[in-house]
Amino acid sequence: MSATPETAPAPSGAGAGPLLAVENLRVGFATEDGRVQAVDGVNFELEPGEVLAIVGESGSGKSVTAQTIIGLTRSPNSHIEGSVRLSGDELTTKSERELQKVRGSKIAMIFQDPMTSLNPVYTVGKQIVEAIRAHDSSIGRSSAREQAVELLGAVGIPDAERRVNDYPHEFSGGMRQRAMIAMGLALEPSVLIADEPTTALDVTIQAQILHLIQDLNRSRGLATILITHDLGVVAEVADRVLVMYGGKVVEQGTLDDIFYDPQHPYTWGLLGSLTRLDQPRPHRLPQISGAPPSLLNLPKGCAFRPRCPHEFGKCKEVPGLDPRLPEDPNHRDRCWLEPEQKRKLREIEGRIGLEEPT
Amino acid sequence: MLRFAVRRLLGAIAVLFAISVLVFLIFNVVPATNPAARIAGKNATPQLIKNVEKEWGFDKSLPEQYWTQMKLIFTGKATSYSLAHINIDKRILEGIPQTASLCIGAAIIWLAFGIFFGYISAIRAGGFIDRFVTVIALIGISMPVFWLASIFLYYLTYKIELFPASGYEPLSNPVEWAKHLILPWVCLAVLFAGFYSRVLRSSMLDVMNEDYVRTARAKGLSQRRVMLRHVLRNSLIPIVTLFGLDFGVLIGGGAIVTESLFQIEGVGYFVAEALNQQDFPSIMAVTIFGAFFIVLFNTIVDIAYAYLDPRIRLGTSAA
Ligand SMILES: Nc1ncnc2c1ncn2[C@@H]1O[C@H](COP(=O)(O)OP(=O)(O)OP(=O)(O)O)[C@@H](O)[C@H]1O
Ligand code: SF4
Ligand SMILES: [Mg+2]
Repeated sequence: MSATPETAPAPSGAGAGPLLAVENLRVGFATEDGRVQAVDGVNFELEPGEVLAIVGESGSGKSVTAQTIIGLTRSPNSHIEGSVRLSGDELTTKSERELQKVRGSKIAMIFQDPMTSLNPVYTVGKQIVEAIRAHDSSIGRSSAREQAVELLGAVGIPDAERRVNDYPHEFSGGMRQRAMIAMGLALEPSVLIADEPTTALDVTIQAQILHLIQDLNRSRGLATILITHDLGVVAEVADRVLVMYGGKVVEQGTLDDIFYDPQHPYTWGLLGSLTRLDQPRPHRLPQISGAPPSLLNLPKGCAFRPRCPHEFGKCKEVPGLDPRLPEDPNHRDRCWLEPEQKRKLREIEGRIGLEEPT
Repeated sequence: MLRFAVRRLLGAIAVLFAISVLVFLIFNVVPATNPAARIAGKNATPQLIKNVEKEWGFDKSLPEQYWTQMKLIFTGKATSYSLAHINIDKRILEGIPQTASLCIGAAIIWLAFGIFFGYISAIRAGGFIDRFVTVIALIGISMPVFWLASIFLYYLTYKIELFPASGYEPLSNPVEWAKHLILPWVCLAVLFAGFYSRVLRSSMLDVMNEDYVRTARAKGLSQRRVMLRHVLRNSLIPIVTLFGLDFGVLIGGGAIVTESLFQIEGVGYFVAEALNQQDFPSIMAVTIFGAFFIVLFNTIVDIAYAYLDPRIRLGTSAA
């Protein structure tokens, strides 16, 4: 009767491995202009209750990475390599039909633009009911609807009993994103992928949605991948961070690693352009100069080279994503500079940043 | 919803009024020759011309002329002098069952085939089936109706006497009715089916890129359900628009070629006759009649829109 399911599937089920393991994931698209390597060798693991942030500029491959996890980038013109395992279960080799059982029920995904992510011709409730019944058609329409009402209430939609019959355009942006989250949660997934869930929202609403995600992450042990280009968002909720540039991870580490001991000049640039309110004079350093690289024609060697003020001879070779700090094997980056050099070079005006190229 | 419908209907009446004025002006003011003489026909006596002048109000001011003529047409008193003195309105009304039988049957065929072909070529876009359907659709679109009708008539009614050659049987005898109409239905439907399949295909390809389709897939719906409930459903709006217009035109006497070639004496057939004789009262009446149906079906489309897209419904009822 009650809409809160009593079954609590042990998330990491069989074996001792991580809940979600992405290994050497590569995604290429054949386009008219040539092959676009949108994602080039991404690795990470995710545990229940953890928030992993993926940051990077537009076009760095964040969304493609996320969508590939649940097979949404599969198409005749895409080429996917590597491995994605959910509790040890390989997803990349699953058939479309098998993947459908995973989507929504084990891994849920919400998207950037809540305005366009719900179908305008169906009520919000109907769309949630559809998600529920797609995975268990034995649930009757009316009990699925009750469940939808409870879910909407749980994500903070007031008067959910009535609003469940509203069409998406009768909801505000923040409410739509809440509805998307409610829909994502309907089947008690173990992983939530949120692709820029707050980018399209007002600042105050952004904070509310973030807190909602954080709450769910804590209360339900929901492993979360949070994609954003806003490091401010990352600072609030993430446990670990993946910095992407040109389809590759250029730095990965814990939240503290990335914020207090960043190793890659690109990360410095991202941090520098963050307005820090915790400092006496809130100000931001200039944005990273230059444009993100074209994936059709990546620079040889370090992909960040054309925009990097610290470039030197060795940068013509491709730097690997290696642990470069002897004391911290889990903090990896792709920059040839020595750690001591980095500590010196990243200090600008008393904070971390990327100096402007001369 | 009711208020919305009423407002649309009032709008439709206003549009019809404007059209009747326009038609009146085109037929009465623009021509340089004596309109009464043209109405009276080729071998009219001076006395007949005089009578016509009085009947159609040509001796009065323009607004009075308009009023007189509309009264004739709308009260069913207009006579065609060129076409054996028939009563125009009666002739149009008698043509409606024929025309409606033709158009409704054809519409069912073209919607079914148009949507089916559009759908399968969209879900297989770029593949063999898509290319095959595209070729078929283009052939259908480019085949002239009179040519197709002639081929049908020659091979299927004359060479092999599979179907009756022409004419119309009332619906009271359904088998004969259908037998007489199958060829005209197909002839009329082919062009539209081809065209609608192309429109639906491109509309579906657009909708497939929508964010909510990605959401639908992300929540684990089957491919089929995504396509039917999200892509197809949201792609039907342009089809409904087209259908309202096309169907209105045909019911209003637009199926001229098909009706003429198959000897279905409906409204379109009458249009052909009237045009042939340059019978101005008939043409005027039929134009207004046609406009009525076009406006009517446009209004129905608007109302169907509101049903198909809740944003429209709420947007206007709130205003
Ligand atoms: N289906 C596709 N076909 C061809 N190229 C694609 C396709 N999908 C994505 N790309 C390309 O892959 C690259 C990475 O795209 P992605 O959407 O992952 O970027 P992102 O990091 O999410 O950026 P943003 O912050 O703008 O969302 C882009 O250059 C994009 O043009
Ligand atoms: S490897 Fe060289 S070019 Fe790349 S970030 Fe480090 S210093 Fe800059
Ligand atoms: Mg993106």
